[in-house]
Amino acid sequence: MFLTYLGRELRRRARQASIIALGLALGIGLVITVTALSSGVKNAQGEVLHSLYGQDTDITVTKTPKFSSAGSGFQRFRFGGTSGSGSRPKAGTTINVDSLTSTALGTLSNADVSKVAGLKNVAAAAGGLTLTDTKTTFKIPSENSSGGFGGFGGGGGGGSGSFGRFKLPPSISVDGTQVAGNGVALGPLSSAKLSSGRTFRASDANADVALVDSNYAKSNKLKVGSTVTLAKTKFTIVGIVSQSAASSPPDVFIPLERAQALGTAQGKSLKGEVNTIYVASTSAQNITTVSKDISTAVPGSTVTNQNDLAKELTGSISSASSLANNLGKWLAIAVLAAAFLLAVLLTSSAVARRVREFGTLKALGWTSRRVVGQVVGEAIAIGIIGGLVGVGLGFLGSALVSDFSGNLTASLAGPTTGSATPGGARTFTGGGFPGSGGGGIPGGGGFAGIRNASAAASHPVTVHLSAQVTGSAIAAAVILAIAGGLIAGGFGGWRAARLRPAAALARVE
Amino acid sequence: MYKLTGVTKDYPKGRGVVHALQGVDVTIDDGEWMAIQGPTGHGKSTLLQMLGGLDRPTSGHVLFGDHNEDLAELRESQVTKVRAESIGFIFQTFNLVQTLNAQENVETALVPLHIHAAERRQRAEAALADVGLADRAKHLPSELSGGQQQRVAIARALVKQPKVLLADEPTGNLDEGTRDEIIGLLEKLWRDQQLTMVLVTHDSTVARRAERLGIMRNGKLSIRQDTRQRGVPAGGGATGAGVQPAPTA
Repeated sequence: MFLTYLGRELRRRARQASIIALGLALGIGLVITVTALSSGVKNAQGEVLHSLYGQDTDITVTKTPKFSSAGSGFQRFRFGGTSGSGSRPKAGTTINVDSLTSTALGTLSNADVSKVAGLKNVAAAAGGLTLTDTKTTFKIPSENSSGGFGGFGGGGGGGSGSFGRFKLPPSISVDGTQVAGNGVALGPLSSAKLSSGRTFRASDANADVALVDSNYAKSNKLKVGSTVTLAKTKFTIVGIVSQSAASSPPDVFIPLERAQALGTAQGKSLKGEVNTIYVASTSAQNITTVSKDISTAVPGSTVTNQNDLAKELTGSISSASSLANNLGKWLAIAVLAAAFLLAVLLTSSAVARRVREFGTLKALGWTSRRVVGQVVGEAIAIGIIGGLVGVGLGFLGSALVSDFSGNLTASLAGPTTGSATPGGARTFTGGGFPGSGGGGIPGGGGFAGIRNASAAASHPVTVHLSAQVTGSAIAAAVILAIAGGLIAGGFGGWRAARLRPAAALARVE
Repeated sequence: MYKLTGVTKDYPKGRGVVHALQGVDVTIDDGEWMAIQGPTGHGKSTLLQMLGGLDRPTSGHVLFGDHNEDLAELRESQVTKVRAESIGFIFQTFNLVQTLNAQENVETALVPLHIHAAERRQRAEAALADVGLADRAKHLPSELSGGQQQRVAIARALVKQPKVLLADEPTGNLDEGTRDEIIGLLEKLWRDQQLTMVLVTHDSTVARRAERLGIMRNGKLSIRQDTRQRGVPAGGGATGAGVQPAPTA
């Protein structure tokens, strides 16, 4: 009888039921589309951000580099004499410099890595070195009066030496990556795909082996078995990896231990040092807590998680995120609230027209609960129909977003102090360009930092926005549909049940 | 079946109060057919509502059934149960559910009794057959005449085999011919099933056919024992204590 009565009643007021169902469908469809859009934007952001520092990394820990004051910030190359000592190579001598340096980021120790790995809710931690290998060849010019060679760009000890026009030397971005331990899944290499050869093994820790980026390999005609020279050391290429189009993925990966042995930062060896710690949390819910714990455990460090980096993203991805999370969210809530209100009003109106009918049923012995149940059942049925149509509209909306939104661009914000993007934009304190050697020879780090920053700003990453309907969105739709029915039916049913049968029967329809 | 003592019912109206019933005392025996007549607005339907537990008196007692349950004191759920099991109602405007067919309308009276669907269907079909509407079981109320709709309502009232049948102006919306038909049917059923029947009417022709007649005036009930004293009998001599014979077909 319940279903028979329910079906007949819905058929009787089919137009009204359709209006209610359509209202609910629009609200629910919008909620699903906006949720899918948010999820898609988040995935796109994740794709951009994960390519920077690896698939499973939740948090990165870095330190702002400290440069000495202008003038003495330049590392000086020693050519067999000290600056100003009057002892310098003969004019016309060719100098070859191959330096592997870290300048964009400050250093942290292996002990810091262990400290972070031991914190509560940390699933894994791995150290990494983001370095730049720069090869410079130049001839010693004619003598200058001040002795020594200053840096370029002023502030160095150099005087008015005529170096002529100096072009930025080519550089190779290098990532020193952990090859053993449970942190091996972290870092930029974890999001790269092996296209030929093999990846690192634990036994490669102290070997001169490398993985190269597929684009870099193609440009430089490299293959598995070729060699690449870093800091005057030949590394054999054992594998080639392809990486997603993110801002400046490393060209070459080498074992962390080798990077530590060969790399320098402001003239000091990087043995036992890293400049980024990649951290995986035990769960997404713990990320904020872990971030705080790391800040306490490693004072002076910059701790950044995905949410922080997401704020630094600019471009259409940022606009899409803002659209989904602000306008989209509130529009969906407003439409849903309006749909619920419409459902309540129309259901109440329908119940008011059936007061005498309900009074008769109560006279026949129907309990208030049974009468209310009938009304609520009708409202829930309409809600479920609206929910099903809403899910369909949600899928349609998401498909339209995916098809017509096109690609999103994402750039990291320009050079800012304290940004934790490994190898990314940095400001450089101190004057000129910090060198990596003894003289005022520009080091690679500064150039690499600028290269990365300009690359990030001038070559934004393109990712495709794909709005995906998730299971949780569908579940939310079902819950919303039932909730809409319960609210509308409950209110209407209460109206139906509260009248005494005599009063209900006295109503004129 | 019923014993009413000092039953009053007041309704607030603006700043004042309407005294719909003013101290009604009456006893209705098992198997009795009582008619209640009177001008409109003098409390006839209100009294019927007290008898059916559709409303509560302001004061007084409405004792019902073999166990003398006071309908005025029972909880709402208990009164609902009494209505479901023991009291059948017939209304002036039929009050059928428009979206259910005749058989389903009759079944609505059996739903509160938690009877299995198959048995419900069977009993509904039998009840419709008793009122001569077996062939109209699948018709919606909108497809039935007034008289047929009232027959469906009678079937609905009697399908649960109640102890009491309360009818509020059952022929009020019917023409003369149909009126006689319906009253004849009610009389037959009353006799066959030994019901206690209380019928409210403003129609003397209908009232005369009852065993006992009560007159409601200004919320007070006065009882007449013998309806033949009120007017011209419908036809034939008395067959019992004030019972009018059923009209011949």
